[in-house]
Amino acid sequence: MTPSQSLAQDLAELDLIVVLRHAPHGSQWVREGLDVALVAAAFGKRVALLFQGDGVLSLLTGQQAGPLGQKGTHPQMAMLEMYDIETLWVSGSALAQRGLMPDDLMLPVRVMDVEDCRAVAHAQLPTLVF
Amino acid sequence: MTTTAARTLVVEGREIELDPEGYLVSLDEWSPAVAEALAAEESRTLTPAHWEVLEVLRDFYRRFEMAPAMRPLVKAVKQSLGDEKGSSIYLMRLFPESPAKVTARLAGLPKPTNCL
Repeated sequence: MTPSQSLAQDLAELDLIVVLRHAPHGSQWVREGLDVALVAAAFGKRVALLFQGDGVLSLLTGQQAGPLGQKGTHPQMAMLEMYDIETLWVSGSALAQRGLMPDDLMLPVRVMDVEDCRAVAHAQLPTLVF
Repeated sequence: MTTTAARTLVVEGREIELDPEGYLVSLDEWSPAVAEALAAEESRTLTPAHWEVLEVLRDFYRRFEMAPAMRPLVKAVKQSLGDEKGSSIYLMRLFPESPAKVTARLAGLPKPTNCL
């Protein structure tokens, strides 16, 4: 199966796409987006996460909660699998702009090129942007 | 978020604070004796079958810092204790009413965030 075929198959099976575009820790955006994805999954919806821009930073390995003692979002990322959220798309250009490789990320992801992103847009699935 | 204590439960001479829904205010207060006392309040008796599920819950929280909703709870139990026990029917029988909420309370976790 070519990559584009497997993407088309993913798109055909999905109910919702949640787009994460913010870095973790500085704001509540990542947490709010993850919460929506988890609630939808708890309702039995099939969810994909698309990481764009600074959103790719939320997948970095080696994150810690830090001195504030607040919970980070990285344990929630690790938990996605328990909610059967396993379709994780990462913008290839966002990774490249930040000097990152897929190996720097805590979960296995699909790196998306421009064509892939276009296919996602054309699928016109319900999409929530955070 | 700060939780306020609605009442206390005395376990082995210590006062354990509970929130309005009966969950522990401070998760550090938990001990097996606290779980027994919480269960006794609801006329539940904890058998080894109950305890192994509570241990799965506590492990889930250690890993993910959240109490699981029903679907991930079933999956976590399946991974740890096998297919036979990883079913909602099995958990419903052990913890009637709402397994996700009841087990989180007994295991000393917060109320499941995404629980329906």
